[in-house]
Amino acid sequence: MISMKNIRKVYNTGKVSFEALRDINLEVEDNEYIAIVGPSGSGKSTLMNLIGCLDTPSDGEYYLSGRKVDSLTANELAGVRNREVGFVFQAFNLLPYASAYENVELPLLFSGMRSKKRKKRVVDLLNRVGLGEKLQNKPTEMSGGEMQRVAIARALGNDPKLILADEPTGNLDTKSGAEIIKIFDELWETGHTVIVITHDMNIANHCQRTIKLKDGMIYNGNGFPVKKQTASAAGLN
Amino acid sequence: MFQLLSIRQFFRDMRHQKLRTFMTMFGILWGTAAVIILLGFGTGLYKYQIKRFKGLGENICIFWPGLTSKPWKGLPRGRRIRFTEEDVARIKASVTSLKRISPEFARSSVPMKTGRNNLVARVAGVWPEFSEMRNLIPQAGGRFINAMDMAEKRRVVFLGNRLAERLFGQGDHVGRTFFIDNIPFTVIGIMSPKEQNSSYSGRDYNHAWIPSSTFKTMWSHRYPQMMIAQAQKPSMMGRVKKDIEGVLGTKYSFDPEDTEALMIWDTTEGFKFFATFFLAFRAFLVGIGCMTLVTGGIGVSNIMNVVLEERTKEIGIKMAMGAKKRLIMIQFMFETILLTAIGGALGFLLAFGIMKAVPPSLTENIGEPTVTLAGGLMAIGIIGVIAIVAGFFPARRAANLEPVKALKLF
Ligand SMILES: Nc1ncnc2c1ncn2[C@@H]1O[C@H](COP(=O)(O)OP(=O)(O)OP(=O)(O)O)[C@@H](O)[C@H]1O
Ligand SMILES: [Mg+2]
Repeated sequence: MISMKNIRKVYNTGKVSFEALRDINLEVEDNEYIAIVGPSGSGKSTLMNLIGCLDTPSDGEYYLSGRKVDSLTANELAGVRNREVGFVFQAFNLLPYASAYENVELPLLFSGMRSKKRKKRVVDLLNRVGLGEKLQNKPTEMSGGEMQRVAIARALGNDPKLILADEPTGNLDTKSGAEIIKIFDELWETGHTVIVITHDMNIANHCQRTIKLKDGMIYNGNGFPVKKQTASAAGLN
Repeated sequence: MFQLLSIRQFFRDMRHQKLRTFMTMFGILWGTAAVIILLGFGTGLYKYQIKRFKGLGENICIFWPGLTSKPWKGLPRGRRIRFTEEDVARIKASVTSLKRISPEFARSSVPMKTGRNNLVARVAGVWPEFSEMRNLIPQAGGRFINAMDMAEKRRVVFLGNRLAERLFGQGDHVGRTFFIDNIPFTVIGIMSPKEQNSSYSGRDYNHAWIPSSTFKTMWSHRYPQMMIAQAQKPSMMGRVKKDIEGVLGTKYSFDPEDTEALMIWDTTEGFKFFATFFLAFRAFLVGIGCMTLVTGGIGVSNIMNVVLEERTKEIGIKMAMGAKKRLIMIQFMFETILLTAIGGALGFLLAFGIMKAVPPSLTENIGEPTVTLAGGLMAIGIIGVIAIVAGFFPARRAANLEPVKALKLF
């Protein structure tokens, strides 16, 4: 699924340059369930953005589903984000003036899905996250947990294999957070690869593999993926 | 759906920025109105002036007898060169580039008498063609001199509209008889009022015209005061002049290059100057309007930059979901064009309103402001270009945002 070789990311702010990621080597197989942990500023979001093709590395090679994506053009990257990656953010990042329906519709509009098919797909997705009754609600008319579920429905729009979530429960209470994690579990069980950034050790332990970042380097968990196991087998359900 | 979403969003943004939107729209509105109004008044004035120019006649050239200024074939300079009606007839028969020609015999201060009035006026003896050349259009129910009048030396007269009024008062006077130099004449037509901004020996509305044949029997003039010629096409006027000088030069032995043997007034030359001058004048007016419009365009560009600041996050979200640059760009351009189009449409309305409101007392002097189709399309084209240029730069900035930065993920 993912193969990163000697990835570096350097930020240049004025005259100072800062190495946010140094020499990252990472292999992720299909249908893994991974937690990324580490102290604040260790480069977790930076790494996630690279994985999701929101940003490009300063150095190194990156293969996503066998395709070299480290030096694609902006438009090619947009295509990859649209079809192959589903993003879930801590701050939800929904369009505030648009309804749940319109928010979920976004990636389908960008991929050019026909209107009939699109309509059905949006309703299906919102039903799947339990929001079939709230199609027309705006973000301001929903709870945090509901907003995050809209965001997940949106991330699943073009049926991407890879789901990336940057602190998806960071703004939620324990109960709503647990509901969100349950949806990720289901996605993993239906064959998706799920990568979650978290500060919550319970969630990290719940995942199949944990990658620890510190000072822009993976210092533990970098190796071969552990043998596939189900969430229940890990005893964390 | 998506279009709807973005149009709705457009109006939401514009409401949010009421004052700024209003100011911007006003800039475009004002600019458009300025272009249209200046264009309209310029065109109106131009058309009015053309009409007045044509009052004298369309593409005509007038020839007067003159004095030679060069010796020619042993003859001294300073000889008087005159032409007769027969010469004019010969010119008519031999010069092919000619469309119409007529001699004009003339006599000023001729006494005229009706039952109620005595006065004096200029009388000219001309050919039937004179009417078309000099735009002497008869009012309904009347006519100009015709070939029969000429052949039979009829005592018929065509009157200028003011002269007819002075003789008879208001009303239709075709068929009435009065005395010219104590000889009874019948009125066959009265000139339609016309605008006229140039003339020789006074404006046409105060003149009377009779057949040249009748004129000669009345006063036994041998030489016409002048002759008037019209070319097949305005561009052929040069040849007409040359050919006429050639014919007369051969007969009266003067140098065809002698510019003073005949005095010539080519009205097409004045017209050419006038047309060029007016073209420049109108371009100047439209230029001023365009400046105003460009200022409005800069305003639009500014507001779109502000909109961009406010929407950076949203653009980031769309990009994260896979929106391509082109789409972001189109959305921004679309909004700019919509904003400009609304302002422009209101500007058009304002301009037409103002032009409609111009009182007739003013249009009498400056003509009626008119916007031709071509002028309107040109204005729309200019507004379109301004909209595209004003929208392009903010749109490109929006499309070139980096998704991560736009999302402010950090
Ligand atoms: N655009 C940028 N320009 C300069 N430095 C940046 C930029 N983005 C991130 N950084 C720096 O890179 C480092 C890693 O940032 P990153 O956001 O990846 O941390 P993180 O692990 O996600 O932290 P957190 O847990 O607080 O979200 C930080 O020190 C940050 O200051
Ligand atoms: Mg982070």
